[in-house]
Amino acid sequence: MPGFFSKERITAGHRYNRWLIPPAALAVHLCIGQAYAFSVFNEPLTRVMGISQSAPDDWKLTTLGWIYSLAIVFLGLSAAFGGKWLEKVGPRRTMFTAACCFGGGFILSAIGVHTHQIWLLYLGYGVIGGCGLGLGYVSPVSTLIKWFPDRRGMATGMAIMGFGGGAMIGAPLGVMLMKYFQTETSVGVMEAFVVMGILYFISMVIGSLAIRIPPPDWKPEGWTPPAEAKKMVTKRHVHIDQALKTPQFYLLWAILCLNVTAGIGILGQASVMIQEMFKGAITPEAAAGFVGLLSLFNMGGRFVWSSASDYLGRQNTYFLFFALGTFLYSMLPTFSGEGNVVLFIAASAVILSMYGGGFATIPAYLADIFGTKYVGGIHGRLLTAWATAGVLGPVLVNYIREYQIEHGVAKADAYTTTLYIMAGLLMVGFLCNLLMKEVHERHYMKHGEVEEGV
Amino acid sequence: MTNSENQGQENHAVLLVLFWAYVLIPLGWGVYQTFKKALALFA
Repeated sequence: MPGFFSKERITAGHRYNRWLIPPAALAVHLCIGQAYAFSVFNEPLTRVMGISQSAPDDWKLTTLGWIYSLAIVFLGLSAAFGGKWLEKVGPRRTMFTAACCFGGGFILSAIGVHTHQIWLLYLGYGVIGGCGLGLGYVSPVSTLIKWFPDRRGMATGMAIMGFGGGAMIGAPLGVMLMKYFQTETSVGVMEAFVVMGILYFISMVIGSLAIRIPPPDWKPEGWTPPAEAKKMVTKRHVHIDQALKTPQFYLLWAILCLNVTAGIGILGQASVMIQEMFKGAITPEAAAGFVGLLSLFNMGGRFVWSSASDYLGRQNTYFLFFALGTFLYSMLPTFSGEGNVVLFIAASAVILSMYGGGFATIPAYLADIFGTKYVGGIHGRLLTAWATAGVLGPVLVNYIREYQIEHGVAKADAYTTTLYIMAGLLMVGFLCNLLMKEVHERHYMKHGEVEEGV
Repeated sequence: MTNSENQGQENHAVLLVLFWAYVLIPLGWGVYQTFKKALALFA
């Protein structure tokens, strides 16, 4: 009798409906996407002791900023190190572990808030929760690609769209719960953490119970693999460790890192940037609306662009991201100078859709280049690019801006150089994409090795 | 390779609708909340 978490136990029959797999993946990604919305807790966490306002013993925003940074770093690390384990044990065990880490991270953080011990929040949400993020993010990806060999981009786009959508649920849910639990002696964060930890744990476990892997010789009904291999789409497989020895891995790493860094250039500064570039024309409420609009395009772009990549081809899709992104980034200062708010918003929205699209299309690009067998693990290792960009991107943007303001540049104009640098980064991304070729023959696994597995 | 957990699951129509609703309803709520916020930009 195979174990409850084993691959054998979750191998589906030939007539299993593959459309049950995307909601299983979404059940996980909609939860872990909450990480994008962690900032809603920052301000209330600065007055845990003082309740109505910050007391001298209360945590500072700079202290709290490390919680999110740690979570993103551990997302990258756990995805990188857990990817190989995922390929070995299968998606159910990995998703269940992710549920324990993410839900448990919330509970530990709640204890940290109750006892006012910041290290428990670092350990809870940052380290343990971050591991849940990484494992949860990569766990359904390779399974989806195997179930949808005909629409790889669309399949992974659906799951990764969930990560974008998770913030849209997590932000209002967190605010609602804090408001509900707020009393004269509590800001409501601890209670909100407990409720969210339990809810997210349950939802992720449901996802882990519903996930199935296809039988080895399975293919969609009525679909036959193309007789002739498409250019830049391999039918063979590269081992997870061997992938690191190929230049293609590092080019894709750079492609993801540069695309994310450029996206963060707008996303991280959106509210302040639009208010300063259109001084007097954009209120703080309208700026918050701008951030909301960008989030919608970030999420929508994940599904739309990754689905489009099934028809355009992965390399062409990234050419479009980088070329159009470069053009739009370099036009933003012009739109601002002309006071054209509509074009500024439209260009930013398209840029953010391509930021999301970059995340969602990369697993399918990996599967095309390295094959489907180890794509989950390889994707995990590639996510270190996200962690790097997540830390370096905002530092780069803030540093350039501060440097210019210190040297007498007006606040409204201080973004111009930053935006041109972002456009430059995207041009480098274009060149990396241009250098992408099929993997050299020597890196592919031999027939016997493929059957032996990890 | 298959086992009891995966047998008799060929007819998934009801489960399929319920499972999709389970993920799309919260997602729709989240999108609606964000959309309401985004409307402030055009006010």
